[in-house]
Amino acid sequence: MSVIVDRQTRLCVSGITGREGTFHALNNLRYGTQVVSGVTPGKGGQDVEGIPVFNTFHDAVAETGANTAMIFVPPRFAADSILEAQDAGIATIIAVTEGIPAHDELKVYTHLKRNPNVRLIGPNCPGILSPGKASVGIIPASFFKEGNVGVVSRSGTLTYQIGNELAQRGFGNSSIVGIGGDPVPGSSFVDIIGLFQDDPETELIVMSGEIGGDAEERAAEFIAEHVTKPVVGYIAGFTAPPGKTMGHAGAIVSGSQGGAVAKAEALEAKGVRVGRTPTEVADIAIEILGG
Amino acid sequence: MTCVRPRRGSGAHLLEWPPAMDLLEYQGKQLFARHGIPVPNGLPATTVDDAVAAANQIGYPAAVKAQVQIGGRGKLGGIKIAQNEDEAREYAAAILGMDIKGLIVHELWIEGASQIEAEYYASIVFDRGAKAPLLILSTKGGMDIEQVAEEDPDALARLHVDPLIGFQDFHGRRLAFEAGVDADLVRPVGAFLAKLYDTFVSEEAMLVEVNPLIVTPERSVVALDAKVTLDDNSLFRHPDNAQLRDLSNEDPQERMAKERDLIYVKLDGDIGILGNGAGLVMSTLDVVALAGGAPANFLDAGGGSKAEAITAAVEVILSNPKVKAVLFNIFGGITRCDEVARGLIEAFDQIKPTVPFVVRLDGTNDVEGRELLAEAELPNVYPAKTMNEAAEKVVALARGEVLA
Repeated sequence: MSVIVDRQTRLCVSGITGREGTFHALNNLRYGTQVVSGVTPGKGGQDVEGIPVFNTFHDAVAETGANTAMIFVPPRFAADSILEAQDAGIATIIAVTEGIPAHDELKVYTHLKRNPNVRLIGPNCPGILSPGKASVGIIPASFFKEGNVGVVSRSGTLTYQIGNELAQRGFGNSSIVGIGGDPVPGSSFVDIIGLFQDDPETELIVMSGEIGGDAEERAAEFIAEHVTKPVVGYIAGFTAPPGKTMGHAGAIVSGSQGGAVAKAEALEAKGVRVGRTPTEVADIAIEILGG
Repeated sequence: MTCVRPRRGSGAHLLEWPPAMDLLEYQGKQLFARHGIPVPNGLPATTVDDAVAAANQIGYPAAVKAQVQIGGRGKLGGIKIAQNEDEAREYAAAILGMDIKGLIVHELWIEGASQIEAEYYASIVFDRGAKAPLLILSTKGGMDIEQVAEEDPDALARLHVDPLIGFQDFHGRRLAFEAGVDADLVRPVGAFLAKLYDTFVSEEAMLVEVNPLIVTPERSVVALDAKVTLDDNSLFRHPDNAQLRDLSNEDPQERMAKERDLIYVKLDGDIGILGNGAGLVMSTLDVVALAGGAPANFLDAGGGSKAEAITAAVEVILSNPKVKAVLFNIFGGITRCDEVARGLIEAFDQIKPTVPFVVRLDGTNDVEGRELLAEAELPNVYPAKTMNEAAEKVVALARGEVLA
C-alpha cells in the first residue's frame, strides 16, 4: 500500500500547457501515473501528447473521471484553481505552486477545512511519490524504490537527501510526501503521520522538519497519543541564527519559539529519535528496522 | 524583505514569516490614513533643513521621530519632542545618522505632538498556528507592552476572526469590554478595530500593530505609532506598496543577492555555502557546523537554477571578504547538476576565485555535471561524494589545511 497517490490515482493537471506543467505532467505519466487530463482555460479541446485538455475542472472530471488534481499554475491563479478543483468534486489536490499570497492560502484552507472529504497537499511542495505506483509532482522518482519507510517532509531537496541516504542503505519507501513549507499548509505532519500509521506497508515513519512554526511540536503530541509505529525525526536549522529569515516560508526563528533545539526536544520527549544529520537519520532507521 | 526580524509586541512568537516586508512608521501611518484610521498630521524628512521646515509647517510642539524598522527607538533617544525651531534643528541633527540597534537612521518623521490621556495597544497578526487573524487589544499600551504581556497576560484581550466572515461589530465589543476599555470608548475603539482589520485584509498584511493607540483629552482614539509587515507574495496586487521597500539599511551582499533573485542571508563565519532548496541549505549549515566550521552565508539558488544563476551566486558569495572556502551542496530535482557545473565553470572564467571550492553534486544529471567539472580541471576545486565528506573537506580547507 501507500498513501494519497497510487494506481487508482486519476490525475488532472492544472496548468498542463505551461512549460513546467507539460514537463512534469509528462514525467509523471512516464513514471506510470494515470495522467488522464489537464485544465487550461481557453485551451479546451487541445491535447498535450495525447492528454486531453479541458477549459474547466468540471469538464475534466465529467469526461475523464479525474480524482486527483495537481496545481501548476502561477501564484496569482493558484488559489482559484484549487477552489475550482474542490468545487468540481476532486478529493485530492496537490499544489506545487510556490509564492501564493498568504491571505489566499488562509481563505482556501478555511474553506477546505469545512469540506472534510477534500485533502490539500502543499502549496509550495514537491508533491507525492509512491514508488512503483504513482508520482504526482516534481520528486526525482528514479532515486527511490518500493519499501516500508514512509517519509513526510516540509522541504523538497532535503526530502531527496534523506530519501537518498535511506536508499543507499537499502531502504525503500511506501510513500514520500512533501507537505511544503508555506504559512498555511493544507496538510500537516499530523495528517500524514496518521495516514502512515494506518498504512499496512509502512513500518517506519521518517519526518523531516525545519525551524519555524509549531508543526513539529504538534506532531510530537500526536505521535505520543496515536502512533504505535517507530518514528525517526530530523530538524534542519540548528545553526540558523535567531531572527534571520532563511528564505523558505516558515523557516525562521523568532525568540525561542520554533527553534530546532526546542523541536528536537519536543520529539525526543515523546520517544521520537532525532538524527542530527540526514546520515544519522539513516543510521537510526537501520538500528530500528535492521540493516 | 528585511532580514533582521525584531521581536515586537505581544504577538512576537507568531511572526515567523519570511517573505515579508516591514514598513517604516510613517509608511504604515500613510497606509492607515488611506483606510480612515486617525493618525497625527506629519511629514517625512531626510535632512535637518527639511525636518525644521516640516516642524515649522506643522507647528510646535512637534515630535521628531527616527524611522527605523526596529522597536524600542524611544528608549534609545530616537524620539524627541521639540518645543521650538532651535530644538527641532538640534534633535533632527542628533537623530539623523544615529545608530539604533545596528540600524542607521536615514529618515525622520515630523508630526504634531499629541496630548495623551491614556495609552492602549492594538494589533492584528496572521496567526499561522490557529490559521486565522488574531486580534489583540489592551488598555495597558505603551513602551512596556512586552513586559505587560509577560507578567499580566490577562491584560491582553485576544480573539480570532474567521477569515471567511471577517470582522464584525461584536468582535470589537467583545475585545473592548474584555480589555476593560472605558464605557464611552467602546464604540470608537470598535470602529477603530474595524478599520484596522480592513487595513490588514485589503493590504494583505502579516501584522498591523498600533502601540500606543492613544486616547486624547477629547476622548477620541488616534494611532500614535504604526508597525506594518506586508506579505511579499501579495505585492503583485499592490504595486504602490511594492515601492515602499527600504533598502538603506540592507547589507551590501544581501542587496546584491536580491537584485539577482537569490535568497541570501549573511552569517558570521568564513565558509561560503550554496545549495538548492531552503531545507537542504539549512541542513548544510548544520552539517558544516558539526564538522567544526562556521558558515559565512545561507544561499538558496532555488529550484531549476540555470548556469547564469549559479555564476551570479558565486559572485555574491565571494563579494564577502571573510569567505575562505566555498561549499556547493546540490541535490538535483528540478535543478540539473550539469547546469550547476556549467555555472561554476563560467564563474571561474569570469571571477577567477582564489579560494578553494568543494562541490557535491547528486541527483538529476549528476554524472554529466561531475564529468564537466573533471574535464574543466578548475584550480582548487575538490569534488565530494557525500554531504558529510563535503563538509569535512571544506572545513579543512577553510583552516588552510592541504587536502591529500
